[in-house]
Amino acid sequence: MQTTISVEQIRKDFPILQRKVRKDKNLVYLDNAATTQKPIQVINAITDFYTNHNSNIHRAVHALAEEATEAYEMTRDKIAKFLNIKDRQEIVFVRGTTEAINLVAYAWGRQNIREGDIIVTTEYEHHSNIVPWQLLTQEKKGKLEYIAIDDNGELILDQLDQYLATGKVKLVAVSQMSNVLGTITDVATIISKCKKAGVRVLIDGAQSVPHMKVDMEALGCDFFAFSGHKMLGPTGVGVLWAKKELLEQMAPFHGGGDMIREVHKYETTWNDLPYKFEAGTPNIADVIGFAAAIDYLNNIGMDYVRAHEIEITKYALDKLSQINGIKLYGTSDMSKRGGVISFNFADIHPHDLATIIDEDGIAIRSGHHCAQVLMEKLDIAATSRASFYIYNTKDEVDVLINSLSRAARLFKL
Amino acid sequence: MSSNADIYHEMIVDYSRHPSNFGKIENPTIHYHDSNPLCGDSIDIYMSVDSDKVSDIKFSGRGCAICLACTSVLTEIVKGKTIEDARKIQKNDVLGELGLEHLQAVRIKCALLSLKVLKYGLYSYLASKDANADALKQEASSLY
Repeated sequence: MQTTISVEQIRKDFPILQRKVRKDKNLVYLDNAATTQKPIQVINAITDFYTNHNSNIHRAVHALAEEATEAYEMTRDKIAKFLNIKDRQEIVFVRGTTEAINLVAYAWGRQNIREGDIIVTTEYEHHSNIVPWQLLTQEKKGKLEYIAIDDNGELILDQLDQYLATGKVKLVAVSQMSNVLGTITDVATIISKCKKAGVRVLIDGAQSVPHMKVDMEALGCDFFAFSGHKMLGPTGVGVLWAKKELLEQMAPFHGGGDMIREVHKYETTWNDLPYKFEAGTPNIADVIGFAAAIDYLNNIGMDYVRAHEIEITKYALDKLSQINGIKLYGTSDMSKRGGVISFNFADIHPHDLATIIDEDGIAIRSGHHCAQVLMEKLDIAATSRASFYIYNTKDEVDVLINSLSRAARLFKL
Repeated sequence: MSSNADIYHEMIVDYSRHPSNFGKIENPTIHYHDSNPLCGDSIDIYMSVDSDKVSDIKFSGRGCAICLACTSVLTEIVKGKTIEDARKIQKNDVLGELGLEHLQAVRIKCALLSLKVLKYGLYSYLASKDANADALKQEASSLY
């Protein structure tokens, strides 16, 4: 049982949370949707690899190569278990969510998208789930369509029905959680609609996998992408999961070492899955570090993660809504919302606000959050965004609230 | 050393609420637009040129307080100047007016976007007229 877990205990595992910023301020790190901090267990795993096991993997037969290969492949097994993936060969290591989506757009998209075909995405996607599809549909003379959002920041799923009814949709690419609004997408409904229509579905799980239980077997999508660094892991490691039959049919993404079976002067045959898609020496140390992040999350439990974020987000929404001039975006229904709060404060530009509260040691994000389509829809240039993780406390929310009143004084609100 | 929040003094806040020369000019002699891709500040500058003088200048767009204050000051400096004098304006001419000479690196692009737009705008005007116009393009692209 995990009844003894406390946020104080968790914080002790994160060395960076002990440091001071801006001379003498405690770090209040509220930019977790961008990247999370790393526990000592992850840092130690990477140090241990370079200190004791460093080697290339898969080919050499010496002791270090064996240890490195085993550790690297063990991460794949841990991911399989973490997300209830039945076949480890369906897990491809990439640099991150962006590369995973680009891999699908290149290797699957170029084979399957033809003139007049439609790819459907949504108005709250990150640029990484828009631009690859723009490139693909422009190249193939296809069309990109958007499911709009309503005033609560939720998708208007009737629009999906209309697109599917055209019979031209080949792929629906949607994030499981908006990185700006925190909206949790009803992917079960989307996947079931698409399955009935024989349409492939790609889920961008960059914001969901770190924050809630995801079961790939139950989900039943075709492609799924996420990043390690938003869930306590190192940067430079991400995963593309795809159904084996699709990975088998797809052309390779990158050509090079490790992805081949036999290379002759003028032709090459491909390696087995997933290695067909892992050309070149991969990011071995960080993949191994990622395993320590998964261990950490398993240890505290994803139910705890979600419950903690609901509690702190509710608290923050409540406090923020009491401040005159604060405009909050997204739904207040916590069953449909993750630990992300986008807001604006009267006429203070988010960049100015972020600079002012940075003086108090608070790290938030300001800008368009790589979601300019959404900013256009909301008719704003930018928002401020506070996003939470397992180590954030209500006290930190209070620091944020106090700092906002300092900003209000500076701007004479 | 001053803290970052000290940059939000009265003048900056006032300019952000009441920017100078804000608006558009119909049929301007020079019009140039640019934005900062990472933060979304977006500025258009319009200039009327009469006998080599900038007789009128206006700007439109969106930006943070730093961006709007610096753009306001820049347009005040440029208005009435000859093209020759306008092209000589340097970043500290603007930053100095607002006490922003030591602005942190991540915010300098907010402060200098409008100067970049001005320099590119003047370049577009002078490109076909002046053999040394390329220098303006160089300066604009190396501002930040």
